[in-house]
Amino acid sequence: MRYIITFLLLFLNWVIWSGMLDAFHLSLGVISCILVTYMTHDILFKREKFSSKHIVEVIRFIKYIPWLLYQIFLSNIHVASLVLNPKMPIKPELIRFKTKLKKDISLTTFANSITLTPGTITADIIEGEFYVHALSKKVADDLLAGEMENRVAHIFMED
Amino acid sequence: MSILAIIFILTGVFFFTTATIGLLRFPDFYCRMQATGKGDTLGALLSLTGLALYNLHHGFSLPTILVSIKIMFIAIFIFVANPTSTHAITKSGLDCGVEPFTKEEVIR
Repeated sequence: MRYIITFLLLFLNWVIWSGMLDAFHLSLGVISCILVTYMTHDILFKREKFSSKHIVEVIRFIKYIPWLLYQIFLSNIHVASLVLNPKMPIKPELIRFKTKLKKDISLTTFANSITLTPGTITADIIEGEFYVHALSKKVADDLLAGEMENRVAHIFMED
Repeated sequence: MSILAIIFILTGVFFFTTATIGLLRFPDFYCRMQATGKGDTLGALLSLTGLALYNLHHGFSLPTILVSIKIMFIAIFIFVANPTSTHAITKSGLDCGVEPFTKEEVIR
């Protein structure tokens, strides 16, 4: 199963990047995609079997992206207002808080979402504790309210 | 379509500008990371979306649509690479003992 999915993803990429749809280029693509699939099938997907649970995860992740973009937009405007304010009312602090997430993939998603949102950077995760550098009190409070954490937990079914 | 593209690119340039001003104004290493690492994500997304739309303004055909898809792929790669590198630089700063500007460690 993962052979087929890896092959289809690679071939989609080939078609997008080559842009030539004649038989010669497509057959070259099929040959090289089969070779690359054979060599790297265990890198892209670690699991052997796919169930409906994973499809639900993918759908929930896609639903999460627009919310994340909206959040990035809001906090970017906030940071821009901080930068352009002559008094520059920043209050940088290093926050430490415990998380309820367990799986590696959800920790990574949450950490990258925090870093993508302007005003907060994940500095480190040590044994389930996040070290986050926050630029102002507002972004720190937004983060500690835990909405993003709950949404990530919902994607990977940890709630 | 062109007007929409111009609006997108101008907004993106605005966020790039604020990122650069922030780089010059903020007091310490971490705050400067905040300004540069972050203004870029939205700035790059908006500018690249604007370019992808501008690319379509001659009309929809297969080559132009493919070029627009490739431009949006650049945005996706920036969205994956930017937080990772920002995190790596911040973590190495913390490991080397660069002191944050106000040293308040709040435990909540």
